Amino acid sequence: MLWYDYIKKTGKVPEWPYKVEYGKEKVVESDVLVIGGGVAGCRAAIEAARRGASVAVAERGSVKRGGQGGAGVDHWHGAVTNPCSKVTPEMYTQAFIESSKGYTNPSARYIIAKEGWDTLRECEDMGVQIRDEDDIFKGAPFRDEETKLLFAYDYESRNCIRIFGHNIKPVLHKTMLELGVSIYNRVCITSLLTEGGKRGARVIGATGVNTRTGEFCVFKAKAVVISTGRVGRLFNFSPEVNQFSSMLDMNLSGQGFSIGWRAGAEFLMMESVGVRGASENNYVPYSTGNCSNTYFGTPIVDSEGREVPYLKTDGSRVGEYGEIFEPEKPEEGGFYIGVGVGLHQPIAKKYRLPDIDPDIPNKIARGEYKLPLYADFTKMPELERRALFGLMIGNEGKTRVPIYRNYTRWGFDPDKDMLLCPPGEPMNFRGSCWWSGGGKGVLNSMSILGSGYLTDWRLQTTVEGLFVAGGQPVNGSGCHGEAQTTGRYAGRQAAKYSRTAHHAEPDPSQLEAEKERCYAPVRAEGGIGWKELNSAIVRIMEDYCSQHRSENVLKLGIKRMRELMANEGSRAYASNPHELGRLIECFGLADVGEMIMEASLARRGSNSALSFYRTDYPNLDEPEWDCFISIKLGENEAETSKLPLDYYVREPYAPTLQENYSLYGAFDA
Amino acid sequence: MIYSVPNPPSPCKILEFDPEKCTGCNICVETCPLDVMLPNPEKGREPLVLYTEECWACGGCAEECPNDALTLIAPTKQRISAIWIRKSTGEEFRVGMAKVPEPNTRPPLGNRR
Repeated sequence: MLWYDYIKKTGKVPEWPYKVEYGKEKVVESDVLVIGGGVAGCRAAIEAARRGASVAVAERGSVKRGGQGGAGVDHWHGAVTNPCSKVTPEMYTQAFIESSKGYTNPSARYIIAKEGWDTLRECEDMGVQIRDEDDIFKGAPFRDEETKLLFAYDYESRNCIRIFGHNIKPVLHKTMLELGVSIYNRVCITSLLTEGGKRGARVIGATGVNTRTGEFCVFKAKAVVISTGRVGRLFNFSPEVNQFSSMLDMNLSGQGFSIGWRAGAEFLMMESVGVRGASENNYVPYSTGNCSNTYFGTPIVDSEGREVPYLKTDGSRVGEYGEIFEPEKPEEGGFYIGVGVGLHQPIAKKYRLPDIDPDIPNKIARGEYKLPLYADFTKMPELERRALFGLMIGNEGKTRVPIYRNYTRWGFDPDKDMLLCPPGEPMNFRGSCWWSGGGKGVLNSMSILGSGYLTDWRLQTTVEGLFVAGGQPVNGSGCHGEAQTTGRYAGRQAAKYSRTAHHAEPDPSQLEAEKERCYAPVRAEGGIGWKELNSAIVRIMEDYCSQHRSENVLKLGIKRMRELMANEGSRAYASNPHELGRLIECFGLADVGEMIMEASLARRGSNSALSFYRTDYPNLDEPEWDCFISIKLGENEAETSKLPLDYYVREPYAPTLQENYSLYGAFDA
Repeated sequence: MIYSVPNPPSPCKILEFDPEKCTGCNICVETCPLDVMLPNPEKGREPLVLYTEECWACGGCAEECPNDALTLIAPTKQRISAIWIRKSTGEEFRVGMAKVPEPNTRPPLGNRR
């Protein structure tokens, strides 16, 4: 029942249903604290608990279905050690290094490649179906008859596996409960606690606010894993029109970056801001016709039935339908690297598959294709269609209910029907992900890309006792495979670390200051609400941190952000604990905005690999700036330094991926 | 009674409860990662949908509902062009239309519930 209907019916404004006790302390002690109960955090918790650690998980939403992967999954990247794969962990990592020109986290990529398949196999043991047990796809070109594994996208190299993962989160949740993991839902983490309250000192816990009761949670732990997700709400905020089309839920507010920043951890690639289509003013993911990601391989026809061809990277037409799924240069070690894996496009040709004709916008403008276009599922081989709609749409998060369930209830049948591609401007058909409006030709949704914590080979940050996991914090983005594998790995490392670390009491003045900061909004009067503040933060990023940046504009941006937070921000109000959580997240967003602008200031050279353009340093790719910029919060100001792109195989590390993994990662204790 | 209330929220009707099926168990309230709903002050009744604009359409509420009492509907703006066309007849359909062809009863693939 909509709240308005309730008021109409009862004549009453509903009271807040939970008992509110702002600031009442709740203390939780554990060996390992996991911040963020998405798929990465759940795997970290499970792994640490299996290794004997007592584990607490603090989750912003609700663990059973929360997080970006909470709604399910249909494919798993990086399972390169599965028995059918033709890709090795070394090839896989190299593909990322080449495609990103070195601007990625190769240690994390290697860990993902080494352990992704094992991590998936454990999902199977926990209760996720990862094979075609019912032989529905017998004889399909993407099936291995012996293992019954089904592969996605690249049917040749077989490193990405289609899975029936709609229940993955409930399965992880159940396993956590069986292992005695303590779960704290509806907690917005607000800060990390450090030894003696000093920035840069060992992390000994965290604070949080319960967004139903307003309680102040004090988590004491020997080791902390941050496994929060990406950062939405920073370059774009209009939930009234775009939440349904968003791939970033409202909880993804950069809190996981802000708390590490304030604790003194170092970050890389914060200046890397990419244009992401998925968001503003667009459609529910996969609700309209397109041929990207899950819908890759769908035949596209125009209104007169003319088929739009898939082309190889050299521009030639794909012949047989099945060639769409073949990498073009397997003899040179080429394979498909995957989609949504945290890389700026375009990736190296060797690691692509054929794609829909990139010249569609011009051909529409010239009248060669007549709008509207349609995704014509009926033209696909039956098993491909079943894999696409029955398996992938039927299991992937964000499509199982809003697309599969709703569309079939309203009669949609991919055996009989075509999906409309909403027409609009020809430019909308740039790329292949048309539902997202990614081709609309405007920077309608920017987001940090590839950015995250600087980690060592243990996935420990530069602050002792603080580990990270997940798609965003570790290597900038990613999907279930990346998130769960790094989660499992970080959980293992954190459990090991916690065995020799000691508990330390939080510094009372650190707790007091944090309480003051967090609860000021419930006493504030006459200020603005969180949504207005959020929108103003976004406006600063739009105005002062667009894709083309310069020193004087960035400095103005930092000044504006500080002014905003010192004035409107410090007087903003929250009328209940829900609003308080959203407002505290805005404080975190402002931090992330500053981190991005500070890192952008520090990179005094334009860089094509990062889509980073400085109008005051327009020369592209100067060798002296072919390096990472590391950024951290010092005593009062941001401190930046250069870090070589191959830091992960330099002193103090060993010179190869393999040796480092053996030294730091491969232990069984 | 005419009330002084803010403008209607947008989106408005993202979650529809079937009052015949909903028992007011609040499993959906507990499941929602965004805390979009609150328990109805009247016990045993369907929850109140308060933060409509925070729903990101994950469908967890509908998945977890033991009575299939919940339908998650995209905002009208995002349904109006999300259309399919039946090749044999040329008819057009979309979610939310009164005129509906026979439902497609084929369940999604996967043998775990």
